[in-house]
Formats: sequence, structure tokens, C-alpha cells
Amino acid sequence: MSPKTDRRQASGAAPPRPPADAARADAVRTIATQYVGDRGPLLPILHSVLEHHGYIADDDIPVIAEVLNLSRADVHGVVSFYPDFRRTPPPAVRVVLCRGEACQSVGAEDLYAAARSAAARADDVEVGEVFCLGNCALGPSGVVNGQLRGRLTTADVLAPLHRRQR
Amino acid sequence: MTTVWVPCDAAALSVGAEAVATALAAVEGVTVRRNGSRGLLWAEPLVEVETEHGRVGYPNVTPELVEEVLAGSAPSLGVVEEHPWFARQHRVTFVRVGRIEPTDIAAYRELGGFAGLSRALTLTPQQVVGEVTASGLRGRGGAGFPTGIKWETVRTAAADVKFVCCNADEGDSGTFADRMLIEGDPFSLIEGMAIAAYAVGASEGYVYLRSEYPHAVTTLRRAIDIAYAHGMLGESVAGSGHRFDLEVRVGAGAYICGEETSMLDSLEGKRGEVRAKPPIPALVGLFGRPTVVNNVLSLGTVPMILADGGTAYGALGTGRSRGTQVVQLAGNVARGGIVECDFGTPLRTVVEDFGGGTLSGRPLKAMQVGGPLGAYVPASHLDLPLDYEAFAEAGAMLGHGGVVLFDDTMDASAMARFAMEFCAKESCGKCTPCRIGSTRGVEVIDRIRRREDLEANVELLGSLCTTMTKGSLCAMGGLTPMPVQSALTHFPEDFGLAAEGSRT
Repeated sequence: MSPKTDRRQASGAAPPRPPADAARADAVRTIATQYVGDRGPLLPILHSVLEHHGYIADDDIPVIAEVLNLSRADVHGVVSFYPDFRRTPPPAVRVVLCRGEACQSVGAEDLYAAARSAAARADDVEVGEVFCLGNCALGPSGVVNGQLRGRLTTADVLAPLHRRQR
Repeated sequence: MTTVWVPCDAAALSVGAEAVATALAAVEGVTVRRNGSRGLLWAEPLVEVETEHGRVGYPNVTPELVEEVLAGSAPSLGVVEEHPWFARQHRVTFVRVGRIEPTDIAAYRELGGFAGLSRALTLTPQQVVGEVTASGLRGRGGAGFPTGIKWETVRTAAADVKFVCCNADEGDSGTFADRMLIEGDPFSLIEGMAIAAYAVGASEGYVYLRSEYPHAVTTLRRAIDIAYAHGMLGESVAGSGHRFDLEVRVGAGAYICGEETSMLDSLEGKRGEVRAKPPIPALVGLFGRPTVVNNVLSLGTVPMILADGGTAYGALGTGRSRGTQVVQLAGNVARGGIVECDFGTPLRTVVEDFGGGTLSGRPLKAMQVGGPLGAYVPASHLDLPLDYEAFAEAGAMLGHGGVVLFDDTMDASAMARFAMEFCAKESCGKCTPCRIGSTRGVEVIDRIRRREDLEANVELLGSLCTTMTKGSLCAMGGLTPMPVQSALTHFPEDFGLAAEGSRT
């Protein structure tokens, strides 16, 4: 029995339930183990899980915590702090629009409102906000299915959403 | 055989540069090379064709225009480096951006790269810090703290290990110079960090780069690999025997991580919460060790300072603002992009001569200078010189040099509300004035916008702003009142108040 398990039992905390997807848990453990000797490895691990699995599942958290010898609360706290670490599988169509001041000066708020309302009538799509993509001279800017786009028009944004309309 | 240049900068890609590059590459006898952006973002995709007179630029090229570009019959800017928009600038930090392939280390060296590092390694660390102090370089991230003083603090601190961290979490709306320098000339940042490491005795470095900049991440990682392969990083930097290892760490979408102490916590793998100062990061920084934290442009300028000497750089500029300012023209602007000029240049020159006024063609109402925490400067203040102190005196800040233009359709009360909303969304939550004050700020401004009990709510907003300014742990809560109160001061009519003198 490792010293870590001793401490958990002494504190009365319940051990984590076994992961529902054992294969994923193994894959996540492999990722986490690769970074274990680095300084401050948690963010690189989470980015790698995101890259390979699309999102951070609840069951990933105790696995990463165990590898790094952190508490589940510590890992959960970090995951929930950063907007990038999404907790659900990504949708088929994802549009992220910039709402920064520079993009607002060229109509980003109307664009965002139009996209949100179109998304409400479509399946498996997501319209998100971001506060600067560093493309401020060519706004309104956004990321449409992973591609950075500038000088966006309403048609550019609505086309991929309308294709998934209910 | 024709050689053409098509930028691989993210801004150029965002308006179709990749399709243009593909179309050009399909033409027989054409060699396509990829450069960073020249900074004429209004002309992107800007294709340059090599001729005996120089590289001739063709603006806003589409795949359909490729034949005309190659025949020389498409609308042209002439030789790009002779075009007034480019020729009137004074490129120092951005001297190589757009001229070379970003990860071509031989081209970097040919255009003066590594001269600063070579010279630095012939000096003592103390002399290197002395050069930076003599240059008068101030932190380009926004606060404008003298870089030499920061370095001297780290240099004289005793520790088993010291770090150099580059803050590349450029989250301010209206700023993109860090991104363009990394995507266009990444070796200048690597060289600057190597010089900083030698000067302060650091052996490890990190670049904290935001996840919203995936192209910059790829380019910088490739450049670091190449620098290792050429012995410019690693166990003996340029054969000096001094070890310096450098790594890119990617942020995760939190604006607050651009605040230096929150960035350090994030690098340590924690929530990006702000630390109380003191202790300052120069003494107790990353993992509790003495740490240099500098902005991309500060570090990217260091190689030139060391190559040409600190006094040469210090001869540029005005007053206590030495050197050049990389202005980023953005928002509702006809010709946006990078304008690098000496400190002291009037705002009007940048906005009117370079920017050409608003994109919409409507009258200019205001400019937000220095990012989302910067003041709204009315069009009547266009004669302000680009100078840290002059801006501070006018109740504004130069910050990172972002200038966002707004036409007369802007509603200043909506922008003030947005400033509070942004703070509420991006606050790290550690201190109360910022976490709670921002949400209360949105509510008060909403009441003002509905004209409910106007005078009382305006007074309440003033009191709330004072609390946030004086009580917040960092610039996020501390400066959010700046856009709010400048909007109220300069555009009271947008808040339902009489224009002049009715408020005290």
C-alpha cells in the first residue's frame, strides 16, 4: 500500500470510483505519465488530453490526480478555471466569435447575436465567444471549425450553422 | 523563373492567403516563399513578386487574380519597401518581419540576427544589464517598467536556479504585435531571451503563449528546435558554455494569465490567480525563484540594443519614453496594421496618415488606446504624442500600443458596460473589488442606461470605480474603471447626462 493511499484513508475521503471507460483511463494515464518529470506539468497534460480525446471527462480527473500526486480537488480546480478545458465532447460545428472592442467597432455584437439565434435552431452546433484572436485590424474575426477567419460576414457565420438546422 | 512571397501570418491566412499560395504554386515556373506579414494588414493577402527593382506588392490578392499578379497587370503598391505606408515607419523591433521566411535561421543571421547575442557574450552579465539600462527600454507589455532595473534585481539575487519568462499572453483586444513578431521573426525573441538569461544568470526559460494563437505556437516551437540544432540554445549557447533551455507553454483561454503573477501560477500548473506583491517576481517568481518576466516586444528588442549599443537605441524617442513604439492600428480603421515609429509621434499621424480614418467612412468618435483596460480617447485629443507620460497626464495609458478606432455609431455607455462585463467574466476571483465590483458595475450601468435615478447611480458608479481602482490586487480590477470613467467623462450625453459642466 502506497503512502498516498494511507493518507486518503486516514482523512476519511472516499476513493474514486473505477472509471467507466477503462481504455480511456489507460490512455489518459499514459499521457500524464509522459509529463511527470516536467516542471508544472498539469496544463500540458490537460492540453494533450484535449487534443487526443476532445474534452476532459470527469473520469480523467482522478487518473491525472493520482499520477501527479495531487488531490482530485486540485485538478478539478485547474480544469474548471480555464475556458479551454471543455467538459463535454465537441459538437459537429463550432463557431467562436470575437467580442473584443476592436471587433465590436465593426459590428461583432450583431454578428454574435445572429449566430446565437441560428445556433438555437440547429443540432450539434455551438457558438462561443472569445475576447480577442489577435486579428483586430481585419475584424470581425472568428474561428469557424478550427479555422481563423477575418472580415466575417453574417453569411459566412450562418452558412455552417444553417446546414445543421432542425 | 519567378519568386513570389505569400505571408503565412495568421491575419493573412484569415483572409485567404493559403488559397492564394496554393494557386500560385500550381503555376509552372513559380516558386512560392512564405514570409511574415509586412504589417500592411489592410492589404492582406499581400503578394510580393521579386523583380530587379525589389519586391513588388499586390494587395488583397485572391486566387482569381493570380494570373494578373504574375503578368504584372493587377493593381499594385509598387515596391513594398518604397510604399509610403511602409517607408515612413521606423522599423527597429519589426525590422525583419515580412522580409524573410520566419524560421530561416541563415536569413535571420544575414539580416543582423545573433549580432546582439554574440556581442553580449563578450561582455560581463553586469555590462549587458548596463546596456539595457542605458537604452532606457521600458516594458512593452503595458506597465512600462524599466527593463534594466528588473534585470539587475534578478542578476543580483542569489538562487540555485533562475528563470526567464516571456509573457506572450497577448489578450488585449486591439493588440497583435506580439503574435506578428513571433510568427514573423521568432528568432529575435529566442535571441532576446538568451541574452536575458546570460545577463541574469538564468538557465531555463518559458514562453507563455496563448492558445488563441495556434500559428504562433507552431512557428515558435519550430524555431526553438532549429535554434537547438544550431547550438543557439541548450547546454552551451553559441559556444559560450552558458546553459539555457527554452520551452513554449500554451495558455488555456484565461485573459488574467497575461497578468505576470497569474501567468507564473499558470506555468506552475495552478489556477491562474493573481499573487499579492511584494514579493516581486524578480525575487520570488516561478517556483519561488528569481524570475525575469518580460513582454515579447521587450525581449524582441533586446538583440538590437545589444548589437548597436544601448545609447543608440536610447537616442530615439522623447522624454522618458525611449526607442520606438509598435502601434497596432485596429478596429474601425481603413488601413489597419503595424506602425512602428519613434516615441513622441502624434496620435494624429498614426490614425489619419497611416490609418486613413475609419473603415466605415463615418466620422471618428473615439479611440481606445492600450487595450480593454485603456481609456476611450475622444477624436479631439488626436494631437497627443505617443509617450507614456503624456498619456498618463491626459488620464489615459499607452499600454501595449493598441489603438482601436470607433466611428460615430459607437455608444459609449454600451462600451462602459462591456468593460465591466469583460472584467466580470475574466476576473480571477481572488480579490473582492474586482470579482464583485465588476458585476455590480454592470448592474449600475444598466440602471444608468435605463435612466433610473440617474444622478444617484452615476455617483454610485464613481464610488464603485474608486473602490475598484484602489482596492484591487492587480490591473484587471484596478484599471477597468479607466474605460468606464473616460467614456463617462468624454461622452456624458451617451449616459443621458448634459454634455458640459452639469456633473461635479
